[in-house]
Amino acid sequence: MATRPVEIREGHDTPGHHEEPSFFVKYLWSTDHKVIAMQYLFTGMFMALVGGFFSYVFRMQLAWPGESVPLWGLVTPAAYNMLITNHGAIMIFWVAMPVLIAAFGNYLIPLMLGCDDMVFPKLNRLSYQIFLLSVVVLFSSFFVTGGGFGGAWTMYPPLSGEAAYNNTPAGQTIFIVAVALEFVAFLLGGINFVTTAMNSRAPGMKLYDIPMVVWMIVIASIMFMASVGPLVAGAVMLIFDQTLNTAFFDPTRGGDPILWQHLFWFFGHPEVYVVLLPAVGIVAEVITVFARKKLFAYKTVLYTAIATGVLSFTVWAHHQFIAGIDPRMANIFTVTTLLISIPIAEMMFVYIATLYGGSITFSTPMLWALSFIATFLVGGVTGIFLGASGSDIYLHDTYFVLAHFHYTFYPIAIIGTFAGFTFWFPKMFGRHLNETLGKIHFWLTIIAFNGIFLPLFVTGVLGDNRRIPNHQVYPELDNPLMNGLREVATVFLVVMLLAQFVFFYNVVVSLVRGKKAEKNPWKSNTLEWTADSPPPHGNWKELPTVYRGPYEYGVPGRSEDYWPQNVPN
Amino acid sequence: MSSARPIATTRSASGMPTGRLAVWWVIASEIVIFGGILTSYVMYRLAHDSFAEQAAHTNTWIGAFNTFVLLTSSLMAVQAHKAADSGDGAKAARFLHYTCLGGILFILVKSFEWASEIGRGYTISSSPFWSFYYTAAGLHALHVIAGVVIMFIVAAAAKQYRDLHRVELIGVYWHFVDVVWIFLFPLLYIAK
Ligand code: HEM
Ligand SMILES: [Cu+2]
Repeated sequence: MATRPVEIREGHDTPGHHEEPSFFVKYLWSTDHKVIAMQYLFTGMFMALVGGFFSYVFRMQLAWPGESVPLWGLVTPAAYNMLITNHGAIMIFWVAMPVLIAAFGNYLIPLMLGCDDMVFPKLNRLSYQIFLLSVVVLFSSFFVTGGGFGGAWTMYPPLSGEAAYNNTPAGQTIFIVAVALEFVAFLLGGINFVTTAMNSRAPGMKLYDIPMVVWMIVIASIMFMASVGPLVAGAVMLIFDQTLNTAFFDPTRGGDPILWQHLFWFFGHPEVYVVLLPAVGIVAEVITVFARKKLFAYKTVLYTAIATGVLSFTVWAHHQFIAGIDPRMANIFTVTTLLISIPIAEMMFVYIATLYGGSITFSTPMLWALSFIATFLVGGVTGIFLGASGSDIYLHDTYFVLAHFHYTFYPIAIIGTFAGFTFWFPKMFGRHLNETLGKIHFWLTIIAFNGIFLPLFVTGVLGDNRRIPNHQVYPELDNPLMNGLREVATVFLVVMLLAQFVFFYNVVVSLVRGKKAEKNPWKSNTLEWTADSPPPHGNWKELPTVYRGPYEYGVPGRSEDYWPQNVPN
Repeated sequence: MSSARPIATTRSASGMPTGRLAVWWVIASEIVIFGGILTSYVMYRLAHDSFAEQAAHTNTWIGAFNTFVLLTSSLMAVQAHKAADSGDGAKAARFLHYTCLGGILFILVKSFEWASEIGRGYTISSSPFWSFYYTAAGLHALHVIAGVVIMFIVAAAAKQYRDLHRVELIGVYWHFVDVVWIFLFPLLYIAK
């Protein structure tokens, strides 16, 4: 291969230019993609604590209705509605999105593509600032008259459109403004991600040399851009319904509330794949490194992800089977929904094939990655029951649905994040996490997670409806079996939340006195491991050149069992 | 802070300059926003005959005049792009200013039009048709205003022969704003 010109960064390191930036400039006003990634990561983790606390409060109410909840007090029906609404919205819009797309995307895209930053660093900073503003706006909605919005994260009108119905005259509008701001932040970020990936790859890096996680984040960003538009328009319409007395969604004056459901789910279903794909990408990186195997069928995974992305725009009405849509339409959407489980299942099989015959190390990141496959499988399979319109008529809006989507979102947003965080922690902070604490945290979390949601499949099948603050008012839902299962779920939730202290303790202790990490502790192939740990501003003095794909592990005839992308031969 | 651009910004693995690529992605994400609101409008319109009756009260001549204004301004943007390509920053700035003028005229006409509609009692909350009328055209008008503001900034730089490549980028965006209006005009004014 011909030698390539080497790009050497100038500017920051040239003599005379050097000046230690102030704390403010370095950590709060920075345009460095790694700093912005950390801002997103820590904001997202903080929001996860808020969302987790909310779930603790309402699950206590569900298990022991009417009793005062420690750290909160009595849970009124209004508070209950506000808690579940904001729990859902926070976990999806303010945890899954910022952590999986924005934090990992910002950190990994430039490092894995071998460039020094995003193509638009200032736009990147603006994206985070708008995101932070959306957090502030959301929080402010909790403190206005009437309290935070309580019309569910799906914001269905007329409940969400009329203050007289939802009793949160100010909260309803502030909530939608916060969500809209969050969308703006991610549109800006997405444009940056996609453009960077298309234009700024290291010399020699061809499309099939791009690590899977970068592909996944880019595909997810494109899907987000393509799906969120109608909901942005819908959000404007809903705000006008609330504030200017328009009647877009008001059936008494010629509007149609079902339109909102179409606009919401046309975004909402692709959105679940928007968060799924980055997690699937993270798992690909982790299992190849810890099984020392080439990713089985790279191109198949890639094309499958694209196919999933396209198909995911054709299934949205499976959320509306009993909302009054035409039954013939329900048939069509049943077929597309069952179709989309094929590519998803295929990805899982590809990963299992990757593991087959590998020399597996059960490190903490690997445990998280493997548990992703196992738990997500349960979520995907239960989706098929819901996708068949016949069985969904019974299961819709029960705890079965709730358990289904927690068996998908939890692996994605929590397990996927822990897999990625523990895997890249040495790179991000230059130190190792403690493995023993990591494994204790893993087992506690994973057992408790299953303990929360397995019982809820059962209560759902027994007919337990979602979004009821107190089941005692319905005698048929108030029996020892269902009450017992609810208590089991709540106890495991508390265990799961407490287990996170192990994690935070581990992070803090490891940051201070963890074992120092060298450049490439996992003997991995991808470019980020050729930079220092942690990488300096600009990432490399001399930007790398790429000679091969990212998954050349255990290549016969080589003395080492890995073959970094930047090594000529 | 150093203002040096990262190397990332200067690379072009796809063969397309980074700025142009980004503008196309901006437009892609905007298309679905307007696509969402227009599709909703068409669905309502097909379902309710009353829409056609109310649409009869819109002023087709004013709409047509504004269409003409926007199309002319787009032509000016093309001229600006040509000038920028040949390196003539001053000329590019002049044509951008003509384009801005078109945008401002569009907004002025729109204001008079809306004022007269409201005077005749057709407000945003009169009926779903009027809600769509004001919301869709209002969203579009916001894009016109944003385009004019950005264009002034780009023109100021072009005048000093800086960042001439941006003349093309704002032009692409302006054509997009124009095309959105080409959809709005028949849907809101012509189809009665
Ligand atoms: C990518 C992972 C997935 C995520 C994150 C996810 C998420 C969700 C969410 C959030 C809901 C409930 C929304 C609500 O009513 O509040 C839901 C419902 C549903 N999911 Fe999934 N899902 C995933 C995968 C699947 C798959 C693979 C299928 C089918 C093959 C599926 C089929 C359904 C159906 C039919 C419903 C509607 C149930 C009902 O409301 O009656 N999902 N999912
Ligand atoms: Cu769905």
